[in-house]
Amino acid sequence: MSQPSETTPILEARGLVKVLGGNRVLDSVSLSIGRGRVKVLIGPSGAGKSTLLQCLNFLMPPDSGHILLEGREVNAQSRKELCAFRQQVGMIFQDFNLFDHLSALENVRVALMKVKGMSKLDATERAIAELKRVGLADRAANYPANLSGGQKQRVAIARALAMDPKVMLLDEPTSALDPELIGEVLSVIRDLAQGGMTMIMATHQISFSASLADEFIFMEKGRVVEQGSPAELLGRGVSSRTQSFCSKISELTGEGGGASGECRL
Amino acid sequence: MDFSVAFNAAREALPYMLGGVGWTVGLIVGAMLLGLCMGVPLAVVQVYGPKPARRAVGLYVWLFRGIPILVQLYIFYFGILSWLSNLPGLSGLGLDSPFIAAVLVLGLTSSAYQSQIFRGAIQSLPAGQLKAARALGMTDAQAIFTIVLPQALRLSIPAWSNEYSILLKDSALAFTIGVVEIMARMRAIASTTHEPVSMTFLAGIIFFVLTWVGVKTLALLENKVRIAGYTRQGAA
Repeated sequence: MSQPSETTPILEARGLVKVLGGNRVLDSVSLSIGRGRVKVLIGPSGAGKSTLLQCLNFLMPPDSGHILLEGREVNAQSRKELCAFRQQVGMIFQDFNLFDHLSALENVRVALMKVKGMSKLDATERAIAELKRVGLADRAANYPANLSGGQKQRVAIARALAMDPKVMLLDEPTSALDPELIGEVLSVIRDLAQGGMTMIMATHQISFSASLADEFIFMEKGRVVEQGSPAELLGRGVSSRTQSFCSKISELTGEGGGASGECRL
Repeated sequence: MDFSVAFNAAREALPYMLGGVGWTVGLIVGAMLLGLCMGVPLAVVQVYGPKPARRAVGLYVWLFRGIPILVQLYIFYFGILSWLSNLPGLSGLGLDSPFIAAVLVLGLTSSAYQSQIFRGAIQSLPAGQLKAARALGMTDAQAIFTIVLPQALRLSIPAWSNEYSILLKDSALAFTIGVVEIMARMRAIASTTHEPVSMTFLAGIIFFVLTWVGVKTLALLENKVRIAGYTRQGAA
């Protein structure tokens, strides 16, 4: 097997189609992401962002299309190959999905032991290091019920990072959080991006993601409608679908930073 | 009715009656364990299995919930097991014993009820946890064993303790095929002492105490395995 070259995309999707209840939730979506890049999915609810992310690691098997990891097509029919693939693709969910019966430490450790076959000692050491990285070393013994939303999401991030993923998929990681807790999660995500983690993130935090995204992908009705750098889509004098969507949410939330509902970089 | 006569009769009968407790406890422990060992896999298959397997489990549950225990005891003891025990290879295994028949009937019936307890508990868990486990690279079997069942079994304890108390009283039917448990002894001693009322009371009290001990023990277990800070919606 040849080593993937520097230019081979880490993750690539070709022509993904997903039909749910007669709706084409994904209508032939393709994307590819290179090492260390950050792509941000935006668009209205029901656009297919979440479905796309879940198809990318086969949590929802796509009806057709291909997914390639470092240039090699993933055969999702093979259970072994699927599990190996998923280990390399970290996933962060909107509502955290921590395991309620396990402490923060055990949440991070369980897959290291069960999936990677690490010893309890090694897995514990690694789990503590990851909890430290997200600023939660002192919460290792807490159960999810005794963590705030922001802390839960950071544990979920530590859990994904512990598997040494090649790419992370983040599905609206701050949408279920109280406003005052969003910052702590965004700062962890910013650290990851600056550390060179490859990420595909669906979010409504436009101004935050504009500061770290290499590319915005605007989705609507299951299709990619626009894609380009934040500057291309939100820069001055640009009239894009992304721009008008962003203005709408900034009117509501003050997000976006522009004056009078404007959404400019 | 002379209470002191009745009381003395009951007191004298107590050792004999308590001799039946061992049989009753044996029936219950055997049946609950058989029900547990079958009920958990049945529930897992009914939630996650392929459609034909889910159907088969559904049929099994209907069958055992639909036929009275008394009828099943007759079918198993006088029918299936007595036929099996006459087969050449199976003759020495004691399959024709009434105790085996009673444990089987109570256990199979309980497995049908228990499977529905566990199924409900599995389905009450947030589906996202299974997704998260898969996303980490766990196989479905790993996810079910390490994530789903530890939580589902905890949630099942209150309903399981209910099942225990029902099964305990169903076990009294085992006297009909000749298991010498509490009920059988009560009938025997009532007919020799001519004190049916006090003996019936005594049996009732013994069943009550057994129920109380079991339910209390399970409540202690429930408390012991409780997850810190974890409450179901609507609780606390």
